[in-house]
Amino acid sequence: MSDAKAVADRLAKAKRLNALLTPLKDLRKSLAAQSAAARPTGVLYGMPVVAKDNICTLEFTTSCGSRILEGYRSPYDATAIAKLKAAGALIAGKTNCDEFAMGSSTEHSAYGRVLHPLDKARVPGGSSGGSAALVAAGAVPAALGSETGGSVRQPASFCGVVGIKPTYGRVSRYGLVAFGSSLDQIGVFGRSVHDAARVLSVISGRDPRDATCEDRDPLRLPTVPESLQGFVVGLPREYFPPELDPAVRRACERAIRLMKEQGAAVREVSLPHTAYAVPTYYVIAPAEASSNLARFDGVRYGPRFNGSADVRALYRSTRGQGFGPEVRRRILVGTYVLSSGYYDAYYRRAQQMRALIAQDFRNVFDRGVDLLFTPTTPTPAFKAGEKLGDPISMYLSDIFTVTANLAGLPAMSIPIGRVKGLPIGGQFIGQAFLEDEMLEAAYALERVVPAEDEAS
Amino acid sequence: MTWETVIGLETHVQLRTRSKMFCGCSTAFGAPPNTQVCPVCLGLPGALPVANGAAIGLAVRGALALGCTVHPRSIFARKNYFYPDLPKGYQISQFDQPLATNGTLSFLSPERGVVNATIVRLHIEEDAGKSIHDRFAKATAVDLNRSGVPLIEIVGGPDLRSPAEARAYLQTLKQLLEYIGISDCDMEKGSLRVDANVSIRRAGETALNTRTEVKNINAFSFVEKALSVERDRQIALVESGGSVTQQTMLYDSKENTVRPQRSKEESHDYRYFPEPDLPPLVLSPEFVAEQQSELPELPAAKRDRFVASYALSREHATVVTSNRAVAEYYEGVVRAGAEPQAAANWVMTEALADAKDHQEQLRVTPDALAKIVALVKGGTLSNQAAKRVFAEVAAKGGDPRTIAESLGVIQVADTNVVAGWVTDVLGAHASEVGRYKNGETKLMSFFVGQVMRASKGKADPKLAQRVLEEKLAS
Repeated sequence: MSDAKAVADRLAKAKRLNALLTPLKDLRKSLAAQSAAARPTGVLYGMPVVAKDNICTLEFTTSCGSRILEGYRSPYDATAIAKLKAAGALIAGKTNCDEFAMGSSTEHSAYGRVLHPLDKARVPGGSSGGSAALVAAGAVPAALGSETGGSVRQPASFCGVVGIKPTYGRVSRYGLVAFGSSLDQIGVFGRSVHDAARVLSVISGRDPRDATCEDRDPLRLPTVPESLQGFVVGLPREYFPPELDPAVRRACERAIRLMKEQGAAVREVSLPHTAYAVPTYYVIAPAEASSNLARFDGVRYGPRFNGSADVRALYRSTRGQGFGPEVRRRILVGTYVLSSGYYDAYYRRAQQMRALIAQDFRNVFDRGVDLLFTPTTPTPAFKAGEKLGDPISMYLSDIFTVTANLAGLPAMSIPIGRVKGLPIGGQFIGQAFLEDEMLEAAYALERVVPAEDEAS
Repeated sequence: MTWETVIGLETHVQLRTRSKMFCGCSTAFGAPPNTQVCPVCLGLPGALPVANGAAIGLAVRGALALGCTVHPRSIFARKNYFYPDLPKGYQISQFDQPLATNGTLSFLSPERGVVNATIVRLHIEEDAGKSIHDRFAKATAVDLNRSGVPLIEIVGGPDLRSPAEARAYLQTLKQLLEYIGISDCDMEKGSLRVDANVSIRRAGETALNTRTEVKNINAFSFVEKALSVERDRQIALVESGGSVTQQTMLYDSKENTVRPQRSKEESHDYRYFPEPDLPPLVLSPEFVAEQQSELPELPAAKRDRFVASYALSREHATVVTSNRAVAEYYEGVVRAGAEPQAAANWVMTEALADAKDHQEQLRVTPDALAKIVALVKGGTLSNQAAKRVFAEVAAKGGDPRTIAESLGVIQVADTNVVAGWVTDVLGAHASEVGRYKNGETKLMSFFVGQVMRASKGKADPKLAQRVLEEKLAS
């Protein structure tokens, strides 16, 4: 249990990262009130948890990193937030992110970029970069982020922390501002597998407000296994291409060796439709986003830009000036692929490909593989500005993560080494609703992997 | 040149539920603006829809009553467009996989007799809010109480051949939906709305020509007018060498005209796609069977049964079954012992007329009406007297015979008393007596009428006629 002042002080020390959007004065006041109200019997009593700015909270503004929601206060708590509060956790502010979770570097925020805690010239990853950076900087033990195509795992990998994306339907999306509804899940960051897992356990479970949330009990935390005896770990060959960064490859190979030493059986497998994952994702996610973001029109909430003489003009100015360029790009792409005459060529084909990608995973899991292990990202954290002018290269940094979102599977990144001081993440992809097995493997690897050491 | 009009109606019907389609807000009509709203129907960031099971049940009942195939799996879809009263920027509807397809509505056309019109599809959707343009100067107000209210859209085929026929179709549809209790179908409250697709072709042609869509028909009485105006416009246009362009026409009931909707307001590409926030709507056979079991006997079946069981004409049976409450009332009267045809006559005239003046309340109980019918049949009351008794029972209640006695209208069957009235009448109409005796026997009904008048309706008319015949023959 940390007291409210200490929590705020630790977050204040990380101010230089630009990871927290909540003003410190507001934060201190709210933490004092929350601390007084928190239930001492809750399993997370006193644990400070920061939440990505696209998760609705009563306490602070929810701007999604966008001008279009500047100053917006939600009249309700997201289900995940309500569950955290009920468990005694303290909501320790809102974290900076790529606007509406669209990006892989947290450079696309209307409130400025987030710095990598270990190298201010680099990005922390994204879109949940603020949450990842604060956990990595030791400001909080855990944080909520959100995933549509890797927005928890990729920054977890870049920042050297644990990041989990649960099975689609494991955690309620009620109160998560939608980006790609069929892909979105709230995910968690922790300094350790255990910190992340116990937050996940609290926020998981049924919610009558979300029809896509499975009617299941909350996730039960597994115990740390003695060994990995009996585990069959699949290594999909498409995730280890020849051009993979050599340091990332070395770190993965070391992790695989360590898992074998703990008794895991390792098997090379194939997921043949992997190459189509990124293009598939960049049809489906923008299509859904173009519709999900239609409500931000300046009519009911959020700022209006340049008057409102005519409603079409109001839409144009509010949306034109309220959204940043990456969001506008994706809305345009999404609108295009859903247009009559193009729907079959793009959206329908993407859905067909998505089904094939999901089938690839089922085929592998049906043949006795328990879970898959891959690099989380092709490279460690890149430099700020490096990919801003090249959206495709930015999109490709999600190449190993989007598949789990497309297939709805649980996946996580854990630190498995460093290169020139920068963290490298290894990814587990599990079977639907078998997060417990995935967590067991992660516990076992975490125990033995020298995450702070250079991969050699 | 003879023209044939081709009309298909798209009808939106509000389902009678307490809460909205995708949230728990009330659907009650008439609340102050924006008081029946929540994050879901306001489209606030992060809010998600959850389908209302009661609304789905009512929609299924509607589909079954229209003889549609109810699909075990249907898909909610987003219909995307920007409008200030559409808070999410899309309407949750159904598109390529609707709840139900391929039904029939059988109705009586004023021109062609019984017509079986196709119901192409029936799907579930949510309503938008309401834009109010005349409340504030230079500003539009938006009321979102209606946002998210459950609707079904019933798409009829191009099977109607005149505005009058369209009206009859809509009347029958409304009657059916009221019958099964899934909607109050009140056009003034917006719980029944209709758009019409209209085209014309030369008599004998079978292909469909370019159609227009007529909107803003916001009262029942405007259906026929609006469609006639549009039909006439199309005919005049084509006859003067022009051609119909596909567009939306707005009906102006004050001017009784149609005008094209500004092109900016239409030509949407709605970019339909499956609603990712809602799983496919999967209906178990048990659920559908349960809805089927909730359906009452439908008007057409009831009408046919009334024809068969009570020997009513089709026309009379149609009137008596036009409304579920009336049909049940009629059967109550018959069950209480009234002769079926006489009961039908009373229900169609006195009972319905009285109900019309008294908020549709059928004020005379079936038992009391049966007694009145019996008193007439037994010769105790004349028809005229029975009407007075009916009115009195309607107003005050009570036993018809007791009331008849207190009104002093029990029919007089005493020959001597009747003979006295007859003598008075013949004395007062000497010239008519003369004409009768000269062969103008049709004056008999005149004399009977006069006797009834003189007796203030108390004389038994058959007895009066007999006495009249005797006296005039002498």
